[in-house]
Amino acid sequence: MGKVATPARSTTPVQLAGLVGVFGRLGGLSTFGPLLALLVAIAIFGLLSDRFLRPDNLTVIVQQVMVVGTLAVGQTLVILTGGIDLSNGAIMVFTTILMAKLGVGQGLAVPVAVLVGLLAAGCLGAANGLLVTRFRLPPFIVTLGMLNIVLSITLLYSGGSSVTRLPDLLLILGRRFDVGGTLVTYGSLLMLAIFGIAAYVLKQTAWGTHVYAIGNNVEAARLSGIRVNQHLLTVYGVGGLIYGMAGLMLLGRVTVADPLGGQTANLDSITAVVIGGTSLFGGRGSVLNTLIGALMVGVLRNGLTLVGIDALYQTLATGVLVIVAVAVDQFARRGSR
Amino acid sequence: MTSANGITPILQARGLVKRYGHVTALDGTDFELLPGEILAVIGDNGAGKSTLIKTLAGAIVPDEGEILLDGNVVHFSNPMDARRRGIETVYQDLAVAPALDIASNLYLGRELRRVGPMGSILRMLDKPKMRQEAARQMAELKIGIGSTTQAVETLSGGQRQGVAVARAAAWARRLVIMDEPTAALGVKESAMVLDLIRRIKARGLPVILISHNMPNVFEVADRIHIQRLGRRIAVVTPQSHSMAEVVAIMTGALAA
Repeated sequence: MGKVATPARSTTPVQLAGLVGVFGRLGGLSTFGPLLALLVAIAIFGLLSDRFLRPDNLTVIVQQVMVVGTLAVGQTLVILTGGIDLSNGAIMVFTTILMAKLGVGQGLAVPVAVLVGLLAAGCLGAANGLLVTRFRLPPFIVTLGMLNIVLSITLLYSGGSSVTRLPDLLLILGRRFDVGGTLVTYGSLLMLAIFGIAAYVLKQTAWGTHVYAIGNNVEAARLSGIRVNQHLLTVYGVGGLIYGMAGLMLLGRVTVADPLGGQTANLDSITAVVIGGTSLFGGRGSVLNTLIGALMVGVLRNGLTLVGIDALYQTLATGVLVIVAVAVDQFARRGSR
Repeated sequence: MTSANGITPILQARGLVKRYGHVTALDGTDFELLPGEILAVIGDNGAGKSTLIKTLAGAIVPDEGEILLDGNVVHFSNPMDARRRGIETVYQDLAVAPALDIASNLYLGRELRRVGPMGSILRMLDKPKMRQEAARQMAELKIGIGSTTQAVETLSGGQRQGVAVARAAAWARRLVIMDEPTAALGVKESAMVLDLIRRIKARGLPVILISHNMPNVFEVADRIHIQRLGRRIAVVTPQSHSMAEVVAIMTGALAA
């Protein structure tokens, strides 16, 4: 955090105002709230179950949130601009089928198949962006349409059946390696790297500032000389690329390409974003909040399982959490006005 | 090009015409902004002042007529063109990004990057420099704000407008256009923005002030451009005419 520029000799009203501003920014429950909730949840499950805090269990949680967490990075970018992406799960699944079919059936070299898959995912994302900007259609409608189109293409292309016996290289992100006695997957590392890069880009570059500005006040962004349409196009395109990487993680995790998989991944990614405290109205939130949100869902499911609570109640708990998170966001927004 | 008294206007327009179908918004308007002055532009609804200002700010391309900046003919096809020529506009609806901090708003669309590979390769913003410069700008205009890392939404309406004005003043090299800058503000906050307008003038930048608020106009304007039925029908000064006379001219009750 940057320090207040004025030298701190005595507390002046101006400095007080600055302090209030800093707390208004940080303490608006939007950053600390979700983190605190996550830590509390971890502490509670740690007390209730001996196994919960063991390193191997914690890495399992990270592996479990790997795919949805990565999808949620792209989702966060889109939501920060004031949009929403319902098609990300479908794009991811399409990518898995495409990579698998190219890598197995067509006998392409695996790196080429992966590259084609990522490119296709990026193009599908960009297609969303094009429809949102060029034809000025609401993101909800565009991505709802895209969800169905891509799902249908996936089923037609795969003939409705899974692609199995995939080459090892396609499953690389599910491969584990040993870190001080616990097994970590390459996919978990890639997910954390994607979060890190997205956080850097959003907070430290002009591109990221413009994402927030567009979500905040699109007219102000336009008047400031930001090429809003072009920017949105790249946001949706980059989102698509990230969904493609999530596809590669999904392959590593389940080891087959299933055209009917990931049906609720889109809503799960929105859940992670919302629980993290990012506003669905755009312009407020961060990708690290989304990581917290994704981990929260993972911790809840894993912890409740270890404590011996039925899976049906886990979904119920997630649902309650979403509503609480949005209620808190609304409350904070009203408070800051 | 020089005006009658031998001074080259900073910004001048001649015979501007803008039609929308059968509606003529501008019907051969002339316009002159002299160096270092605050020029108020007033007019009834539908007089074309909004269209005139948008034309000068580059947001509207006129059907006929020409615009001269420092005596040279210019063509603005969008607001960025005008901005590149040193014309900054403050809009009435507080055109800021509320969740971004003051420094980010001041530099929105013109961010500074770090020098060296951190900036050129990693595209890293130079936040310390932007904050420092923003703080200097705000201090110069005497806008009392604690920290430039404060989100704009934590500010009062007047302070927010202060950020928008500081932003315009920071980038404007030739002139600042203010479109109803006090319309959304209370009395006290309006007074603050009027003070800001005077300080911008004191820096040597001329200001075009569009306002409905006659007392505000009479308080700060050096000259008043009265727009009526798509034309400039008079230019008066607060000394030469009373508020009642200006309103009468504006509404057509009194011949200019």
